[in-house]
Amino acid sequence: MSILVDKNTRLLVQGITGREGEFHARQMLAYGTQVVAGVTPGKGGQWAVDGQVPVFDTVAEAVEATGANTSVIYVPARFAPDAIYEAADAGISLIVCITEGIPVQDMIRVRAYLDQRDVRLVGPNCPGLLTPGEAKVGIMPGHIAMPGNVGVVSRSGTLTYEVVYAMTMRGIGQSTCIGIGGDPIIGTTFLDVLEMFEGDPLTDQVVLIGEIGGTDEERAADFIATRMSKPVVAFIAGRTAPPGKRMGHAGAIIEGGTGTAAEKIKALEAVGVPVAEYPEQIPDLLLAAR
Amino acid sequence: MKLHEYQSKRLFARYGIPIPDGDVATTPAEARQIAKRLGGPVVVKSQVLVGGRGKAGGIKLARTPDEAEALAEQILGMEIKGLPVRKVLVDQAADIQQEIYLGITVDRAARRPVMMASSEGGVEIEEVAKATPEKIVKVHVDPFLGLRDYQARQLALGIGLGREQFRPFSAIASGLYRTFVETDASLAEINPLVVQGDGSLLAVDGKIVLDDNALFRHPDLAEMRDLDEETEAEREARQAGLSYVSLDGEIGCMVNGAGLAMATMDLTKYYGGSPANFLDIGGGAKADKVAAALRIILSDPKVKAVLFNIFGGITRCDEVARGILTALEEVKPDVPMVARLVGTNEEEGRALLEASPYQLITASTLSEAAQKAVAAARGEV
Repeated sequence: MSILVDKNTRLLVQGITGREGEFHARQMLAYGTQVVAGVTPGKGGQWAVDGQVPVFDTVAEAVEATGANTSVIYVPARFAPDAIYEAADAGISLIVCITEGIPVQDMIRVRAYLDQRDVRLVGPNCPGLLTPGEAKVGIMPGHIAMPGNVGVVSRSGTLTYEVVYAMTMRGIGQSTCIGIGGDPIIGTTFLDVLEMFEGDPLTDQVVLIGEIGGTDEERAADFIATRMSKPVVAFIAGRTAPPGKRMGHAGAIIEGGTGTAAEKIKALEAVGVPVAEYPEQIPDLLLAAR
Repeated sequence: MKLHEYQSKRLFARYGIPIPDGDVATTPAEARQIAKRLGGPVVVKSQVLVGGRGKAGGIKLARTPDEAEALAEQILGMEIKGLPVRKVLVDQAADIQQEIYLGITVDRAARRPVMMASSEGGVEIEEVAKATPEKIVKVHVDPFLGLRDYQARQLALGIGLGREQFRPFSAIASGLYRTFVETDASLAEINPLVVQGDGSLLAVDGKIVLDDNALFRHPDLAEMRDLDEETEAEREARQAGLSYVSLDGEIGCMVNGAGLAMATMDLTKYYGGSPANFLDIGGGAKADKVAAALRIILSDPKVKAVLFNIFGGITRCDEVARGILTALEEVKPDVPMVARLVGTNEEEGRALLEASPYQLITASTLSEAAQKAVAAARGEV
C-alpha cells in the first residue's frame, strides 16, 4: 500500500518534449510507471520518448483520450502556473509540480484557486513522489529506494534521496516517499501527508525531513502529539544557517527570529519525536523506535 | 532583491502614496542644491541596504543648505555595517506628530498576503511583535478580491486613527497593496507613516523587497539593482544562476539542492570543521554552471578544502563531473578536494573523475565525505 501514487496511477507529463520532461518521462517509464500521455502546446499528434507516449496540445484532450488522472509538470516557471490551472480545470486529481522558481504571488493565487476545487497539488519546487516497486512521479532516482513500510515526507529534494538511500542500505524499505517542496507557498504540507500516512494501513513509521524557515515543522509537531499513533522520526537541516539569508529554497530563511532549526528540533523533541544529528542516523532512529 | 529607500518611495508615489519632496545626491554639492531648492529644514539620509541607519548616525536633520552640504559630506564618507555610503537622500523634513507602521508581506501559514499596521511606528516591526504584539493589527487579503476598503478601515480603527483619517489612510493602504502586487514584492512597508501637524499622512521611510523569481517580468525593476551593494562572488553567483551565501568557515561546499547543502554544512560542523559557504548548484546543473560555482568557492581565501556532494535526481552526475573537470582545467586549485557523487548516472560521473589527472579524494557516504573534508582542511590528508 502507499499514498497518492501506485501501479494504477495513469500519468500525464506536461512539458514532455522539453529536455527535462523527456529525460524524466523515459526514467518514469523504465521504472514501470504508466505514462499514458504527454502535453506540449503546438506539438499535439506527435509521439514522444521514441514513440512510446502520445503528445496532445491540451490537458483536456489528453485526459479525454487516455483517462490520465495524475499530472507531473516540467514546464519553465513562467508557464507553470498556467499548466497547473489547466490540469485542475481538466479534471486531474493529483498535480505534481517539479518546476522551481515560480513567483510567490503566482502561487498564492494558484493555491487559492485549487482550494476551491477537489484537486491536490504537490510542490512546486519539489522532487515528486515515489512508491517503490509501483510508480515514480517526478525526478527521484528510483534505484535508491525499496518497497517497505516507512513513509518519508520532506521539504527538500536531494536530502530526501540521501535519507532514502541510507534507509535502503540498511534494509529499511519505504511505503511512499514524497517531497513537498521548498517554496513558501506549497500545495501539500506536512500535516496533509502525516494524516495520509496515519491512515495508510501499510505505513508503520514515518520520517519527516524539515529545514529552516516558516513554522510548518512546529505545526507538524502539534499534529503528531494530538492526532498520530504511528512513530515519527525527524531530521532538520540548517543548524548552521545564519539569520536573514535565504538558503537556496525560497522558503528557507530565518526571518524576524523565527524559523530556526533549534526551535523546530525543540518542538519535535518536546512531543517525543527523535531528531537525527545527521541524515545517515535516520535508520538507527527507525530501528530503535520499532 | 532589496530596494533602497528612495527607490521604494518613488514606487510608492506611483501608486498615489504621498512622500516627502526630495532627491538623491552623490556629492555634498548636489545635496546643497537639493536643500536649496526644497527650502526649509531637510533630512539627509544615507542610502544603504541595511537596517539601523539612524542609530549608526546615517540620518541627520539640516536646517540650512550649508548644513545639508556638511552633513552630506560626513555621511557620504561613512560605512554602515560594513557598507560604504555612496548616495544620500535629501528630503524635506516632515512635521511629525505621530509615527505609524504599515506593511504587507506573505503570511506563509495562512498562504495569503497579510497587511499589518501598528501605532508604534518608527521601530522595527519584529521588535514591536516581541514586546507588544497586541499593538499590531492584521488583515489577510484574498488574492482574487484584493484589499477591500473595510479592511483598511479595520486597520485604521485598530491603531486608533481618527475617523477623518479613514479616507486618506485607506488610499495609502490600497496604494501599498497595489505596489506589493504589481511589483511582485515579498515585502513592502512604510515605516514610519507619519501623521503631520495638519493631520495629513506622509510616507517618510519605506522599504521594498522584490521576489527574485518574478524579476523576469519586471525588467525595469531588475535594473534598479545596486551593483555596488554586492560582493564580486555574489554577483558572479547571481549571474550564473547559483544560490550562494558566504559564511565564516574553511570548508567550501558545492552541493545540489538547498536542503542537502544545509545538511552538508551542518555535518562539517558536527565533525569539528565549519562551512565557508552555502552553495546550491540547483536542479539540472550543467558543466558551465558547476565551473562557475567552483571559481566562486575558490575565490574565497579562507577556503582550505572543497567538498562536492552531489546526489543526482534531475542533476546528472556525469554532467557535474564534466563541470568539475572543466573548472579544474581553468582554476588549478591548490587545496584538497573531496568528491561524492551518487544517483542518476553516478557510474559515468565517477568514471570521469577517476580517469582525470586530478587527485580527487572520493567518498561514498555523506558522513565519510564530511569527515574527509574536515581532515583535509586541517592538512591531515
